[in-house]
Amino acid sequence: MGWMFRRSAADRVLTGVAGGIGERLRIDPVVVRLSFVVLTFAGGAGVLLYVSAALVSRRPAPAELPPPPRTSTTQAVAIAMVLTGVLLILRGVGVWFGDGVVWPAAIVVLGSAVIWTHGDEATRARRLAWMPRPIRDEAVSHRVRTLVGVLVIALGAWAFFSSNPPLDLFGDAPSAVATVLVGLAVIAGPWIWRLVRQVADERRERIRQEERAEMAAHLHDSVLQTLALIQRTEEPGEMIALARVQERALRTWLYGKSRPGGAGSLSAALDELAVWVERTHRTWIEIVMVGDCPLDDAVRALVHACREALVNAARHSRARGVSAYVEVEDDQVTAFVRDQGVGFTRAAVPADRHGIAESIEGRMERNGGVAVVESAPGRGTEVRLRIPRSHAT
Amino acid sequence: MIRVFLVEDHELFASGVRNELGEGFALVGQAGTVTEAVAAIPGAKPDVVLLDVHLPDGNGAGVVEAHPGLRFLALSVSDAAEDVIAVIRAGARGYVTKSISPPELADAIRRVHEGDAVFSPRLAGFVLDAFAGSAAPSIDPELDQLTPREREVLRYIARGYAYKEIARELHISVKTVESHVSAVLRKLQLTNRYELSRWASERRLA
Repeated sequence: MGWMFRRSAADRVLTGVAGGIGERLRIDPVVVRLSFVVLTFAGGAGVLLYVSAALVSRRPAPAELPPPPRTSTTQAVAIAMVLTGVLLILRGVGVWFGDGVVWPAAIVVLGSAVIWTHGDEATRARRLAWMPRPIRDEAVSHRVRTLVGVLVIALGAWAFFSSNPPLDLFGDAPSAVATVLVGLAVIAGPWIWRLVRQVADERRERIRQEERAEMAAHLHDSVLQTLALIQRTEEPGEMIALARVQERALRTWLYGKSRPGGAGSLSAALDELAVWVERTHRTWIEIVMVGDCPLDDAVRALVHACREALVNAARHSRARGVSAYVEVEDDQVTAFVRDQGVGFTRAAVPADRHGIAESIEGRMERNGGVAVVESAPGRGTEVRLRIPRSHAT
Repeated sequence: MIRVFLVEDHELFASGVRNELGEGFALVGQAGTVTEAVAAIPGAKPDVVLLDVHLPDGNGAGVVEAHPGLRFLALSVSDAAEDVIAVIRAGARGYVTKSISPPELADAIRRVHEGDAVFSPRLAGFVLDAFAGSAAPSIDPELDQLTPREREVLRYIARGYAYKEIARELHISVKTVESHVSAVLRKLQLTNRYELSRWASERRLA
């Protein structure tokens, strides 16, 4: 519905109703807030109005930036007249705390408005232009406005006491103290509120800047250095390897925290392994993992066997890359290391080479697992590893 | 001639794809944001839309949802599983990483155009991960669980096997492999599985 306004997310004291109305009507929210205050003295009408406004308004848009409020003098006068009219109507129908309360309250609030409403710079400049020469200066005009506001507030206080005879401003210490406190709150309240908001804004901005600085530092140390290295490299293989290593490091930095197992897990060990093999053997490795588990002796044996298989593939297969798939199930962990390279026949491997027999098959068997190496010339190689989990979860 | 629409905000990668798409493909349009894509796709009448998962104004899933019935192939450099699964669940027919070689990309587009599902090893891993842990009670076992055979096919894809190789290993036809993969895709898109949403939120929270 078009007439409904959004509560303000950026400018709010309670629920953002006043801020929202201010944004919608392009008037200073301070004026809106003060209007609610005055109406509250009219038999509580302000509270009622506020609650119903909160109920019909729409939820604030996330991260909205309010346009600067523009309170022109004409608008301020119009609002004052509307407010007075509403007060007279409420008085007519009897929603009223009594003349001695409402009118002084209205005067006090008017004083506060004189102090605390300020349009944007253009409005201020225009206002200053037709001021008498001595107060055309911004600071002077501010002081004058404050003085006028304080006087109006004092007038309101005086009106309150003179129309409520049982209370005596000068003869009764508690009511004098209370008056001074209320007066100070009315005069300084908006200023304190603004100060608190400013501190919060500054803190948010500082956190943002720190985050940005941390990210810049990280990118500088890693990505920019690697890009510089890549530009100095002549050999394509080296370039790809550098890019891969950097890619993996950046990924870990960006998404690494979402590893379900965290440090000391199988996934972390495999990531580390992949980085090491890529770095030392100038190849690319793609690891796909399903599930995760903590490292124990058996799982560590599987990681070592994987490393041997990856290194063999990187050294001998002449394939573009090696892929590994590791799946953790309740009772076992399986791993498949596969390349689509030249392949080999077992018989052709010299007997003094211990890679497959010792580092893969022997290691798996000692830990209660199985290793199968399948390969044929021209059809690539796949090493399949399976190890039971010592403590099924 | 397959009409391809490219939704990609990285000009470097986009121009690479433009140059690499060889014979048999016609690039009929390009967009860099979700809004642009939603506006331009109907007029371009593409057969296949190549879609980056991450766009400046949101997840690619929005583009997929806006064009039901159209064939989408998702592309990404991202490892964020929940983003990829979101695009697939919205209706994309496949997902490949941007490091894919040009002939492989051409092949993937062709297969999506023919109505097949294209699973990269990484996507197969994500799907297995998402459907793991079958202990939870399920409302619709038909949709909420993978059959042993589907699981087996996905494992082969995750291991880096091509459909042809899987067919040889399992002694079934390539068509059967494709129908298993399509069934997995359908389950992924239709399931309301509690586990799947929990899996996604855990990944996001962690």
